[in-house]
Amino acid sequence: MLAYTLKRLLAGVVTVWFIATATFIAMHSVPGDPLMNDKAVTAEIRANLEKKYGLDKSGPEQYLIFMSNMLRGDFGISFTQQNRKVNDIIRDHFPVSATLGLLAVFFAAIGGIVWGALTAIYRNRLPDIIIMFLVILGISVPSFVFAALGQLSLVKINQLLGSSVIPVAGWGTFGHMLVPSLVLGLGTMALLTRLMRSSMLEVVNEDYIKTAKAKGLSPIRIFFKHQLRNAILPVLTVLGPQIAAITTGGFVVELVFAIPGLGRYFVQAVQQLDYTVIMGTTVFYGAFLVFMVILVDIIYGFVDPRVRLQ
Amino acid sequence: MTDSTLLKTQLQAVSNLDFSPSDTVQSAEQISRPSLSYWQDAWIRLKKNTRAIVSLYIVIGLALFTLVGPILWQVDPALQDLNQLSQAPSLPKQAIFVEEHTRWEGIVLENFPAEPEAFLDVLPAPTNLRTAEAATTQAVRIVWDPVVGAGGYAVYRNQHLPESINDLGLPLGTKLAGNEVSYEDRLNIEGRDYYYSIVSTDGYDESDSYITLKVTPDLAITKTEALSRGLITEESIVANGETIDLEFHPFGTDYLGRDMLARLMEGARVSLFIGIVAPFLYVMFGIFYGGFAGYFGGNLDAILMRFADFVVALPFLLFMILFKIAFGIGPGESGVLPMLIALVLLGWPATARLVRGQVLQIRTQGYIEAARLLGAKDHYLIIRHIIPNTMGVILVTLTFAVPAAIFTEAFLSFIGMGVAPPTPSWGSMCNEGVKTMLSHPHELFFPALFISTTVLAFNLLGDGLTEALDSRMRSRE
Repeated sequence: MLAYTLKRLLAGVVTVWFIATATFIAMHSVPGDPLMNDKAVTAEIRANLEKKYGLDKSGPEQYLIFMSNMLRGDFGISFTQQNRKVNDIIRDHFPVSATLGLLAVFFAAIGGIVWGALTAIYRNRLPDIIIMFLVILGISVPSFVFAALGQLSLVKINQLLGSSVIPVAGWGTFGHMLVPSLVLGLGTMALLTRLMRSSMLEVVNEDYIKTAKAKGLSPIRIFFKHQLRNAILPVLTVLGPQIAAITTGGFVVELVFAIPGLGRYFVQAVQQLDYTVIMGTTVFYGAFLVFMVILVDIIYGFVDPRVRLQ
Repeated sequence: MTDSTLLKTQLQAVSNLDFSPSDTVQSAEQISRPSLSYWQDAWIRLKKNTRAIVSLYIVIGLALFTLVGPILWQVDPALQDLNQLSQAPSLPKQAIFVEEHTRWEGIVLENFPAEPEAFLDVLPAPTNLRTAEAATTQAVRIVWDPVVGAGGYAVYRNQHLPESINDLGLPLGTKLAGNEVSYEDRLNIEGRDYYYSIVSTDGYDESDSYITLKVTPDLAITKTEALSRGLITEESIVANGETIDLEFHPFGTDYLGRDMLARLMEGARVSLFIGIVAPFLYVMFGIFYGGFAGYFGGNLDAILMRFADFVVALPFLLFMILFKIAFGIGPGESGVLPMLIALVLLGWPATARLVRGQVLQIRTQGYIEAARLLGAKDHYLIIRHIIPNTMGVILVTLTFAVPAAIFTEAFLSFIGMGVAPPTPSWGSMCNEGVKTMLSHPHELFFPALFISTTVLAFNLLGDGLTEALDSRMRSRE
């Protein structure tokens, strides 16, 4: 188990390094530079600014400075908001995005497992048909449409109830978190339901279930102890990469629901060519995703003993 | 009946004829049905799957919509119909011909004081609010009876019936004399219901009572405008008051007056072009990469797969955006090509891995070894055995990659990182539609419907193909 974990962690670190390097190269091939937007354009001032930010050095030199700073955890200062350090921006806004994302994953996972199990139990009967229809909708309709519709329905509900019971936008209380994370998790929930369904149906035909039935175990015990546990495995495998999908989908939900998360800042930074913020956020997000995937793999290792013994 | 009676009846029904030798000859080894190839069998299976066939029809319909549509519906998607902004889908609207607009003098009463002679505690509302002439979208002219003690009147316009003095709507203007009892409204008039309210003021405060009039202006068009928009020709003789059909917009127009149907067709071209070409390219590349890695195996395989893993680990969206900026978008370009390249560069590892897995699996199968023992060369094995067996996986991947690419393109266009305006794509149309979702839902509804239907059709088709092509992947029900 330990060797498995260490191997994955090492691979993760190498991947993060690769992400940082690739981001650096990508940023430096972008035409234009962060000083483009500044108003002071006399040559002298520009030269001074370049010197201050180290933009006058050669590419490889900048790379080394970037790397050494990054290893010390310093991502620099935002170009467009020059009184804020990138670290502060991340520290202020990432918890919001993380809460949103994790809540969405939670909803998606619970929902996916429950609905998937239900469709397998009531296979080809009415609950199955209804749920599969909703699942197909969930896979086909884009997330931003759901976000927009979600907000619209909140407005209508508030109108019906007379006052602003559920907040329509913003962040702060649990009420603010509820609908956005639900909307964010819908796509993944649909995917997981489908996966859970086919996985459950496969497991039902396995020999060990027949043995359990022959032994005389109660159906409930078979369901929870054998079917559910084995069927969850493919869902767990997919969950890691889905966290990436949820994080990227978070940008849209943050935009529509006016949530002060990191995604919104990232999109703004890209539009304004704010080097340091882009690089810092990319590397941070990349590292976060890599380690989330590793975490899920480790959990998978706990759940499925076959993996550990490789 | 008892058992023995039953038996007897049955025995009596049997006659000698049943035991005469049959004269049909059937070879035991004869195949009674025509032999089917793998593809024919898959096609038969696919045809039995109703959902897949319906999706196939939808996909063909979309292809026709994209390719043939613009020939049948020849409206320029960039043309702005300023008379019909944000128009909901409807039958052709009619407009009345009017003269060019001239300023209205209005009505100023001569024998009524401009300033109030005495200030009243309670100022009543004006009475007899009416339109001076037929209201059109060119101008709405309203007149009312003066109020004794008024030093002026404030004019408001709302789009629904005002419920109270605080709900009068948009303040259009104020008349600053008690004897100016008319107003001409020319502010963004559309062909819908308006509720004009007048409140009298004594020059300092406004009164608390108001009078409301509902006005529904007719669509109006001048001769020069109609001429410039091609609705009439130079020689046509039209009189004022005659109606003419305006441009027909079956799906309505967007907030700039552009025909939705034409934009949807153009958007279909962009979205489907990216959605089909990009997956096609990266699946092709993935096949070569994965096939190569899988067939040769060993160290080469390990290195190639390690590199693919790195590309997978890159945060997809972030790099899509960075690629798009790196390729640079000039002011007139549409941004389709950079997005295509970015999608291809970031999407190939998934297919590569799938193909490699499939090739590895096939390599170990018994029939490969058997064919080799029988004297088959490498290229025969690849062409005759390995590639057809990977085709199933490849086709399915392709069919699922298309909706994923369409989604990604729609998503990027939605956040403004996709194709640049004015090039329409379904995603950017959704972006624009969301802004007016509450007042003009049709602007969001149609692009979203098209995206969802396309994605759904491809997904169901992919499901059907999976069941038809791969015995392992068929769902057991």
